[in-house]
Amino acid sequence: MSLWIWVAAACVVSYGIKLTGHLVPRRLLESQRALRVAGCLTIGLLASLCVTNAFVSGSSVVLDARIGALCAAAIALLLRAPFLVVVIAGAVAAAGLRLLGWG
Amino acid sequence: MRRLTPAESQGVSLSVATGLYGISFGALAVTAGLDVWQVAALSLLMFTGGSQFAFIGVLSGGGGGAAALGAASLLGMRNAVYGMQINALVQPGLKPLAAHVTIDESTAIGLAQRDPDERRRGFWVTGIGILSLWSLFSVVGALLGSSIGDPQVFGLDGAAVAAFLGLLWPRLKGREPWALAVVAAVATVVVVPWVPAGVPILVAAAVAAAWGWWVPDPARRSAGPDGRGVRRPDASLEHEPEHEQGEEQS
Repeated sequence: MSLWIWVAAACVVSYGIKLTGHLVPRRLLESQRALRVAGCLTIGLLASLCVTNAFVSGSSVVLDARIGALCAAAIALLLRAPFLVVVIAGAVAAAGLRLLGWG
Repeated sequence: MRRLTPAESQGVSLSVATGLYGISFGALAVTAGLDVWQVAALSLLMFTGGSQFAFIGVLSGGGGGAAALGAASLLGMRNAVYGMQINALVQPGLKPLAAHVTIDESTAIGLAQRDPDERRRGFWVTGIGILSLWSLFSVVGALLGSSIGDPQVFGLDGAAVAAFLGLLWPRLKGREPWALAVVAAVATVVVVPWVPAGVPILVAAAVAAAWGWWVPDPARRSAGPDGRGVRRPDASLEHEPEHEQGEEQS
């Protein structure tokens, strides 16, 4: 039963964190400088998500089959493949490398 | 049925890849001692994948509920940063729902679009799509338990890597975005061993924000030292709807 309390608390806290960001007044985010920061933040967040998903496992940096996914996706993007093909290329590369017993 | 817009089809493909991952969450959660209803509650109401894995990870490692809550909260802090970015896309009345579906994937798809309507569509399709599929497949995973294999065999984690690179790619035009992306990526990797999971992306966000604050926009550098000269039209692509231009004569 006590586990339910923590499950409920986790749900409430997670929602509260998400809502906090949305409650920042919009006019604070509309200055020329804020737009510039927002543009840089987008690139920084996407780059960080990218390497986190490719190289991070828990609290360590690892090289495993996901690096194959990153390379396959980069090649697909260089060949101007559509988004879905890029995603599938990543999945196939990671699954293929694991099938071969690596990572 | 009309064709999906580019943002919508990106959202659908990422929703399917991420949603299927719910199977592994459900299976791991019952192994950690949760029942099916608790799994459903976490996926539907807590709904932030990384934090959910952290929550059950602490429990299965023998940690208590408070420790699980702490780890999950820290990992979820980045959603507040996302909220500030998504804020401008949603109507005020939809804010409570938008906040709930503000996660890595919906934010990434939304912000990756140029057109304001596409940003909105990308965010909502991805957010609602993942909420539905992630919850559904979490329950499926919980019911199947550990009888199913590891979804990594199907390369779903590779799909996520490829999706985030695919979203970043169109923004890497010119030297400055590349430099910023590399700096953010390096900052992430360097701090990973030293801080709890979920914090590296906050460090990268801080670095990127500082960059935006102090490094002058190269697209506006010719505008003079005070930066208030004439803006080049492509310097304002971030948030302003382009289709409102040229309507003054009507």
